[in-house]
Amino acid sequence: MATMATPGSGTTPASDLPTRLRTKPTGFALFWHQTKTSLASPTPYLTAFGIFLWFFTYWLLCEGLQLPRFVKIPGPVTIFSEWFSMNPTQGISIFTAEYYHHIAVSCRRIAIAFFLATAIGVPLGLLMGWSKKFHDYSFPILETLRPIPILAWVPLAILMFKGYETPVIFLATLASLFVTTLNTMLGVQSIDEAYFRAAGCLGAKKWDVFRHVVVPGALPYIFTGLQISIGVAWFSLVAAEMVSGDFGLGYLILSSYVNGVTVPMVIGMLTLGFVGWFTSIIVRMIGNRLMQWHVRALALQGR
Amino acid sequence: MQKAVEATMNPNPPNAFRPGDHAIQSGIQLKGVCKSYGDEWERQDVIVELTAEITPGELTVIVGPSGCGKSTLVNLIAGFEKPDRGEILLNGKPVTGPGRDRMVVFQETALIPWQTTYQNIVFGPNLRGDLKGAALHDEAVRLLRKVGLGEFMHKYPLQLSGGMQRRAELARALINQPELMIMDEPFRGLDAMSRGLMQEFFLKLFEENRRTNLFVTSEIDEAIFLADRLILLANRPSHVRAVIDVKLPRPRHYAMLSSPEAYAYKREAMAILHEEAMKSFKATATSQDFIDAFSRRTD
Repeated sequence: MATMATPGSGTTPASDLPTRLRTKPTGFALFWHQTKTSLASPTPYLTAFGIFLWFFTYWLLCEGLQLPRFVKIPGPVTIFSEWFSMNPTQGISIFTAEYYHHIAVSCRRIAIAFFLATAIGVPLGLLMGWSKKFHDYSFPILETLRPIPILAWVPLAILMFKGYETPVIFLATLASLFVTTLNTMLGVQSIDEAYFRAAGCLGAKKWDVFRHVVVPGALPYIFTGLQISIGVAWFSLVAAEMVSGDFGLGYLILSSYVNGVTVPMVIGMLTLGFVGWFTSIIVRMIGNRLMQWHVRALALQGR
Repeated sequence: MQKAVEATMNPNPPNAFRPGDHAIQSGIQLKGVCKSYGDEWERQDVIVELTAEITPGELTVIVGPSGCGKSTLVNLIAGFEKPDRGEILLNGKPVTGPGRDRMVVFQETALIPWQTTYQNIVFGPNLRGDLKGAALHDEAVRLLRKVGLGEFMHKYPLQLSGGMQRRAELARALINQPELMIMDEPFRGLDAMSRGLMQEFFLKLFEENRRTNLFVTSEIDEAIFLADRLILLANRPSHVRAVIDVKLPRPRHYAMLSSPEAYAYKREAMAILHEEAMKSFKATATSQDFIDAFSRRTD
């Protein structure tokens, strides 16, 4: 009988090599692995340092050196002590219900506007990219309407719709609709002709080509478009809330300025920044989930 | 052309396809095909009066300098484009559009990047619904193993190396049981090592069931190694310059390329291609040095 080799004999000592995970971990183990990997890279430290540097400059200008032009602007110490205060002197902090109401109202408007813009813009863009005829009909109109600034639509929106809610949502939808449509259309046009030919060769009918080539092929562009469009939606929402609104972050910023309380104004601005960033992350995450092929291709390039 | 006729008449030619072979084989006839591009006032004739035949069960290789209109010819036979004049007949019937009877393996990879390798393979049968369920799965896995991609079937094409992508593409074409395979410079861009391996692998596949094959290349060695018949194209506007029947025995292996017979074929083909190249140089009045250098190369 042949003697059994002891396990591990004759192989490279494992201690010399970085440990490698054989199977993909799940649940908490995956989270822990990702956290460890992330903490081992310079990214979180650079981000933290960047944020610190930004706030330090802000503090230095306003409260540290008290430069002439920055004297009237509330500095970070004032802002944060008010923001996290149980009894805010100017009415807005994380302990007031009103603060969350402003956020909720704006988020709700964004959700509706972004949903509408995506539901209309993506199919419209797919059709415009796919059908030359439809493109010829609709592209000039899109290109004429697109350069009109969203603020120029405000009077029209107020004339067209009643109340506070509808005009604001209309304006945000309109702004993000153009971005989504255009990016989707460019996405379809960017698909390599070879994939259409391959599909045709394999026996794909028109609808098959649409489902299996046009839609998935345009997805990377669509999601780039959606990330821009959610930013544009926030941008135009605030503009619209400043003109016509009763609540919301845009309304908070403008009404604070009008009432001469500058601290809630800056709190509103910062909150808007963070919430906007967060929505953009959600869009990106959905995109990555839908486009594993794209994510893996990018990962191979070390990105 | 005369040699080809003899080959089809001979009841027992040395490289006839064996009985028990299930592949249906198709032939293509090109009759006076013309194709040009561009506006009326600056038309570029790419193909002029091209007449040729692709015989069932043979591996026909089209060779020509790059830019001579080989890809255009592939697009015409595949049905992606229509000829301006002339006829393209598949088993006697005119080609009207792309179809599963003619599978094209493209110059650059055309595996669909948002489908895994496995999904790419089953894409065609799923679209048509002619092969389903377990039978389709088994066939896909069998083909993937055959091309050596069994372990990689759930990877996306972009995660595969160039050679693997080419093999996946072969499998995707083969699962559709095409009557004619059209390969447009399929191994271009591979390194010399993978290229040699892919040629041998492809030849083995072909020699198994002798499915009619049209192979387009600009490499003369590759052409002679693979071909039953070489069609040499003239420089732009392209038409058939010469037809050479390559009678090297099958199954072939790489060492045969250094045999005197292979060398004779190469000399013959090179002489013709050289003449064509000279014509194009003269037509564009390129410097004498270049022509001298080229003459020395082929002597």
